[in-house]
Amino acid sequence: MDTVVLLSRLQFAFATFIHFIFVPLTLGLSIIVAVMETKYVRTKDETYKRMAKFWGRLFLINFALGVVTGITLEFQFGTNWSRYSAYVGDIFGSLLAIEATAAFFLESTFIAVWVFGWEKLSPKLHLTSIWLVAFASNLSAIWIILANGFMQHPVGYVIRNGRAELSSFIDVITNGYAWNQFLHVVTGALALAGFFVAGIAAWHLLRRQNVDFFSKSFRIGAAFALVFSVVVALVGHRQGNFVAELQPAKLAAMESHWTTEKSAPMYLLAIPDAANEGNSLAIGRIPAVLSLMAFNDPSATVKGLKDFPKEDRPPVGLTFVSFRLMIILGTLMILAGIMAYAVRKQPENAPGWLLRLLIWAIPLPYLGLQAGWAVAEVGRQPWIVYGLMRTKDAVSPLATSQVAISLAAFFIVYILLAVLDIFLLARYARKDPA
Amino acid sequence: MTLGTIWFILWGVLWAVYFLLDGFDLGIGTIMPFFAKDETEKRIMYNAMGPFWDGNEVWLLTAGGVTFAAFPKTYAVMFSGLYTPLMLILFALIIRGVTFEFRSKVDCPRWRALWDTCNFLGSFLPALLFGVAFANIFEGLPLDQDGIFQGNLLTLLNPYGLAGGVLFVLLFIHHGALWLAFKSEDALRARAVGLAAKTWPVMALVIVLFLIFSFTSTQLFANYLIHPVLFVLLLVPVAGLLLTGHYRARGRLIAAWVASAVLIGGTTLFGVVGIFPALLPSRLNPAWSLTIANSSSSPLTLAIMLGVAIVFVPLVIAYQAWTMHLFRHPVTQKDLDYEEAY
Repeated sequence: MDTVVLLSRLQFAFATFIHFIFVPLTLGLSIIVAVMETKYVRTKDETYKRMAKFWGRLFLINFALGVVTGITLEFQFGTNWSRYSAYVGDIFGSLLAIEATAAFFLESTFIAVWVFGWEKLSPKLHLTSIWLVAFASNLSAIWIILANGFMQHPVGYVIRNGRAELSSFIDVITNGYAWNQFLHVVTGALALAGFFVAGIAAWHLLRRQNVDFFSKSFRIGAAFALVFSVVVALVGHRQGNFVAELQPAKLAAMESHWTTEKSAPMYLLAIPDAANEGNSLAIGRIPAVLSLMAFNDPSATVKGLKDFPKEDRPPVGLTFVSFRLMIILGTLMILAGIMAYAVRKQPENAPGWLLRLLIWAIPLPYLGLQAGWAVAEVGRQPWIVYGLMRTKDAVSPLATSQVAISLAAFFIVYILLAVLDIFLLARYARKDPA
Repeated sequence: MTLGTIWFILWGVLWAVYFLLDGFDLGIGTIMPFFAKDETEKRIMYNAMGPFWDGNEVWLLTAGGVTFAAFPKTYAVMFSGLYTPLMLILFALIIRGVTFEFRSKVDCPRWRALWDTCNFLGSFLPALLFGVAFANIFEGLPLDQDGIFQGNLLTLLNPYGLAGGVLFVLLFIHHGALWLAFKSEDALRARAVGLAAKTWPVMALVIVLFLIFSFTSTQLFANYLIHPVLFVLLLVPVAGLLLTGHYRARGRLIAAWVASAVLIGGTTLFGVVGIFPALLPSRLNPAWSLTIANSSSSPLTLAIMLGVAIVFVPLVIAYQAWTMHLFRHPVTQKDLDYEEAY
C-alpha cells in the first residue's frame, strides 16, 4: 500500500481512537451530572449538589481532552483526505458544519455558564445549563454519526460533476443505518458513564468514606450501567441486521465467514486464515445461528467472503477479533451491571470482592466501544464510502515526510496528554468530596 | 446575488468573527509571560478568558466546517495545501485548550510553569500563523492546475506572509489588552490600558505598511479599483482603528473593545472582498485559482446550509452575547477563591 495512505490511515485511526477515549464519558456523564443536579433542585438535599460538583469536576477534566482531540478530526478530513473531502463534501461537509453550528456552540458556551455560574444564576437556570450541555453533546453525536453513516451506507446522493452531490437531505438525515448506529454508540456511552461512576463510588465505599454521598452516586451509576449494557446489546443486534443487509462483506469479515451458505452456522472459536480463504481453526459449531443473528431467520443465506472480489474484502483478522472482543466485553458488562444493580440499596455493605470487581469493570466499556468502532471502520475497508470510493483513492497529495512527522507528533502529544488526563482523573476521583 | 456569492460573504464573515472573538484570548495568552507580575495576575488573566475561550474557538470549527460544506474543493486544497502550518496551529490550540483545565489541578510551581509555556505557545503561534496563512491567501498561493500546493512552510514565510503574521499578532495583543482592561481592576487594569495605548501606534503603522505592501505586492486592490464604491469597506477597519484609540483614551473600555473588534473583522473582510470571487487565488496562474464557480457545493446544499445558518447563527450570537453579559464583571479575588476558578 502507498505509504502516504497507510500513514494517513494510521494517523486518522489513532487520532479518532484517542478522541473516543474521552467522548463517551462526556456523552454519558453529562447526563448523569444533570440527573444529580436535578435531584438537588427537586429535593434541596445539598448532598446532590456536592455530587454534581464532584462528578462534574471529573467531567470537566475529561471534557477538555474530548474538545481538543475533536478539533483535530475536523481538520484532518481536509489535511489528509482532501480527495475524499472534494468528492463527498457536498453531503459530508454540511453534516459537520451543522454539528458545529447547532451543537458545539451550545455545548461549549453552556459548559462555561455551568462552571462559572453557580453563584450567578438561579438553581433552575443553572440546572438548565448542564441539561443544555448534555443535550448538545448528544446532538453533536447525532450529526457526526449521520456523517459516518453516510460513509457506511451512502444515501440521498447522485453522482454529478465528477463528485457525489446531494439529491435528498431528508434521505441523508433519516438514514436508518446511521440512526441505529447512533443509538448503539450513545447507549454504550451511557453504560460507560454508569460503570465509571459505580466503580469510583465502589472505591470510596470499600474504604467506608462518605458513605451517604457515594452510595447515592453508586445507585445512579449502577442503574445506568445495567440498563444501558442490556440496551446497547439489543441495539447492537439490530445494528448487526443492518450490516448484514447493507454491508455484507463486513458481516462476512466480522464472522470470518468464507463460503456462502443457507442456514449458516456460528463457530464459538475460529482463527481466520485470509491467505487460504478460510479458517485455520473452527470449533464449537452452532448450526444456523449466524443466519439467525444476521437476518433473524435461521434459513437465511449468508454471503461468504469468497464471493467478494479479493480487492473488496476487509481485513478479516482485525475485524473478526475486534467483533469477538466487543461481544465478550459487552457480555461481561451485563454481568457486572447485574451485580452492581443487585447491591444498589446498600452498596457499602456489598462484599469487598464485588466492589473491587466493579472498580476493575471501569475499563470494560472503554475497550468495548473502541473494539466496536474498529469493527465499523476496519470492516468498511477497502471503502472510505462503502461501494462508492476506495480509501486508497481518497488521500491528499502530501509528501511522506509531512505525514510521518505529523503522525509522530500526534503519537507523542496525544499519549502524553491522555496519560496526564488519566492521572488527574484518578487523583480527583480519590478526593474527599466534602 | 447568487447563492455562491451569499456564501462567499458568509464565509468571510465567519472567519472575521472567529478572529475578532478568539483574537482577544489568543492576545491575552501571548502577552501573559511578559505582562503578569505574579501568580494572582496570571490567574486573573486566565479567568478573564475562562468563560469565553472555548465558545470563541468553536467559531474556528464553524469557519472550517462551513468552508467544507459550502466550498468543499477549497476546504480540500486549503487544508492539505497548508498542511504544515495548520498542523502547527492545531497542536498549539490543543496544548492551549488543555492548559485551562489542567493548570490549577496540581499545586506545584513547575507544573504551572509548564502549562504557562503551553498557553503562550498555544496563543502566539496560532496568532502568527493565521496571519501568515491569510496573508498568503490574499497574495495568492502557489497552486498548480490540479490545485496542488507547490511549496512548503518556508514558501509561506515570505515577507508579505510574515507581515500578515506580525499584523495579526499586534491586532490580537491590542484586542486582548482591552478585554483584560475591562475584566480587571485597579493597577492591572491601568497597565492593560497602558499596553493597549502603547500598542496602538505600532499597530496603526503596521496596518498602513501592510496596506501599502498589499497594493504593491498583491492583486488585493484590483476589485476596489474597478468598483471604487467598495472603498467604503476600507473605512470600516479605519473607523475601528480610530475609534478604539478614541474610546480607550476616554476610559470607555467596552466601546474601545468593540471598536477593536470592528477593526479586526473589517480587516479580514477587506482582504476577503479583495480576493472575490476567488477563495484561494493561485499566484502561478489566475486560471488555477479556486473560486466560487469551481469549488462550491451544489445549489441544494448551499440552500439548505443557508437555512441552517439563518436559524442558528443569530441564535448562537444571542446566547454568546448573553454569556458575555452574565460574566461582564471584572475578575476579583473573590472570583479567584471560587472553587471552580482557573
